[in-house]
Amino acid sequence: MKTQYSRRGALSRLGGAIAGLLTLSAARTVKAAVQKVFVASGAPKDYDTTKHKWLMCIDVNKCIGCGLCVEACKKENGVPEGPYFRTWIERYVIPKPEPGSGQTRGETLVDSPNGGMHGFPPTPVPKDQIEHSFFVPKLCNLCEHSPCVQVCPVGATFDAPDGAVLIDPKYCIGCGFCIQACPYGCRFLSPVTKTAEKCTLCYHRITRGLKPACVEICPTQARIFGDLKNAGPDAPIRKFYENNRVSVLKPHLGTEPRLLYAGLDKEVR
Amino acid sequence: MTNEMTNIVVEVLPRFEGYVYPNEASLHPLWGFLIVLYPYITGLVAGAFIMASLVRVFKVRALEPVYRLSLLTSFSFLLCATLPLLFHLGHPERCFEIMMTPHLTSPMAIFGFVYAWYLMAVLLLELWFDYRQDLVEWAKVTPGFKGIIYRAFTVGVTDESPPAVALDMKMGRILSVVGIPSAFLLHGYVGFIFGSIKANPWWGNGLTPIIFILSAIVSGIALCVFNYMVLTWIRRHTVDMRCLDTMAMFLFYALVVDAAVEGLDWLHRGFAAEEGFSVMQIMIREKLFYTLNLGQVTIGTLLPLLLLGPLQLLRRRVPELVRRRMIFSSAVMILIGVLAMRWNVVIGGQLFSKSLRGVMGYKLEFAGVEGWWLGVVLLSLPFIILTVLVKLFLSERLPSSGHIPQDSAAGEG
Repeated sequence: MKTQYSRRGALSRLGGAIAGLLTLSAARTVKAAVQKVFVASGAPKDYDTTKHKWLMCIDVNKCIGCGLCVEACKKENGVPEGPYFRTWIERYVIPKPEPGSGQTRGETLVDSPNGGMHGFPPTPVPKDQIEHSFFVPKLCNLCEHSPCVQVCPVGATFDAPDGAVLIDPKYCIGCGFCIQACPYGCRFLSPVTKTAEKCTLCYHRITRGLKPACVEICPTQARIFGDLKNAGPDAPIRKFYENNRVSVLKPHLGTEPRLLYAGLDKEVR
Repeated sequence: MTNEMTNIVVEVLPRFEGYVYPNEASLHPLWGFLIVLYPYITGLVAGAFIMASLVRVFKVRALEPVYRLSLLTSFSFLLCATLPLLFHLGHPERCFEIMMTPHLTSPMAIFGFVYAWYLMAVLLLELWFDYRQDLVEWAKVTPGFKGIIYRAFTVGVTDESPPAVALDMKMGRILSVVGIPSAFLLHGYVGFIFGSIKANPWWGNGLTPIIFILSAIVSGIALCVFNYMVLTWIRRHTVDMRCLDTMAMFLFYALVVDAAVEGLDWLHRGFAAEEGFSVMQIMIREKLFYTLNLGQVTIGTLLPLLLLGPLQLLRRRVPELVRRRMIFSSAVMILIGVLAMRWNVVIGGQLFSKSLRGVMGYKLEFAGVEGWWLGVVLLSLPFIILTVLVKLFLSERLPSSGHIPQDSAAGEG
């Protein structure tokens, strides 16, 4: 029997194939989106991401550089040994200017030995020559317009509605684009999982009503953490906001961080 | 004082000077030699295609002898363009997620589609329409395995009637016209992958994609010159000087535009002298001294300009042999220079900390995924593919540009 080819038949078959392909892609996108919220986050099932907005503030004047936060973070989150940090502390030493130099200050020295995990050695600048010296804890800047999320080719890293910037390790292809795009050096490629890693605000803790490990352990309460959607007038985060004028790192990049600092110096980048 | 302070950092993070964010020390550099090769190979694809389109779209008849060679060059390099990326991924097995579930704001995700479009819709189709009639002819007369290959590539379309051939020609021209913006898009997008990183003052720049496109055109033409001369040498044929001179002319003018825009970029960077400029000065003076000043500027730009420039004015007075040598050496130098340029962009952008307070060293290793050995293999692969393609699809007798060799012309006169 002669096979009958018709334009309509051919077109409908072609249309069916295209529709099938498109549906496949869309289905996988939906699956990925669901995965992102429920699998990667480690949040309990009844946690509603839209009912919270997390904020982290840091009072630079209170940090003593003990490094407990770095250690707690490493232990809590199983951060690999070596130069891999979800949070770290920088020490800034600004010497006095040389007399007659016409400068306001000497050349700033910055260090962070082993991320400041075990504290800091004595500064090489004699005490009487130091103009300012302070510690700056660093972590994910929780950008409102996060460049790392923008560049991820597969959408493995994403802005959770509650303000955390998270990564789905089952989905990350390990290209490193987000690490290049983060202006603050907060991401690294894990040697264990071969995927990108970063601070999650201890998402498994905060979604169960606990504080992040670094906030919990800080002996001077230099790190203040809270939920903007559920903060009463006496909440520490509100008090901090009332009592301080805050600034962010690298504001010229337009990332709008929600990691707010009080007491920063112009040398901090 | 500074030294003592620096030592503290050095204890933890070797090969660093000044302060770098602790995470920046972890896998350094994150993007190594393979990612240098990625824009290099992609640029050669785009450049060789632009070269081919000069014949089809702009009707530069003098370049007829290299038309098919340029297309095959472009194709064989395009087949290898994504390999360096793939080898570099932490999870190569998930690479198809870029196409299946793309994140549409990411330059890297869109590149996957641009690449697929270019490979499937432009280059493969154009090659097929261009070759179809020949494939049918060859399939008739070639016996054995080679004949089967030719027959397979006709995909059963063996119509050789004048209307069918005319349609081939028309489609080829349309695809070339579509191909030019596609080639610009392909390589402009590679430039955008770097140019979009605002966190990095070395990369994040509106001119980066444009510079990538221009240097791609330069390197692509240089590669066609190189391939053409090597091919004629292997086949013991005479070089069609009219064709070679025309290629040299386009190479020269493309290089002039490229050098001007790159110079403008540096003028702007120096004049604006924004936040990261002091670190960039260290890069130019120390870290990238040889690859930038010697490789990119001297070998890749100034010397070829000096060789090709006078040729445009005094072409008739320079003997053909000298001209051939000058053009060939310019092409080789440009190929080295553009590789150095890619190195300076990719590696250079990772040799300083984003804290802008420290610089890092980089030593290229021999073995391993980021070693130069794999790089050499990946760079040789397109040439191997090209050799096979030339064997199969490029006839011994290239079309002529109508040029009469100098010696015979002198003999006749």
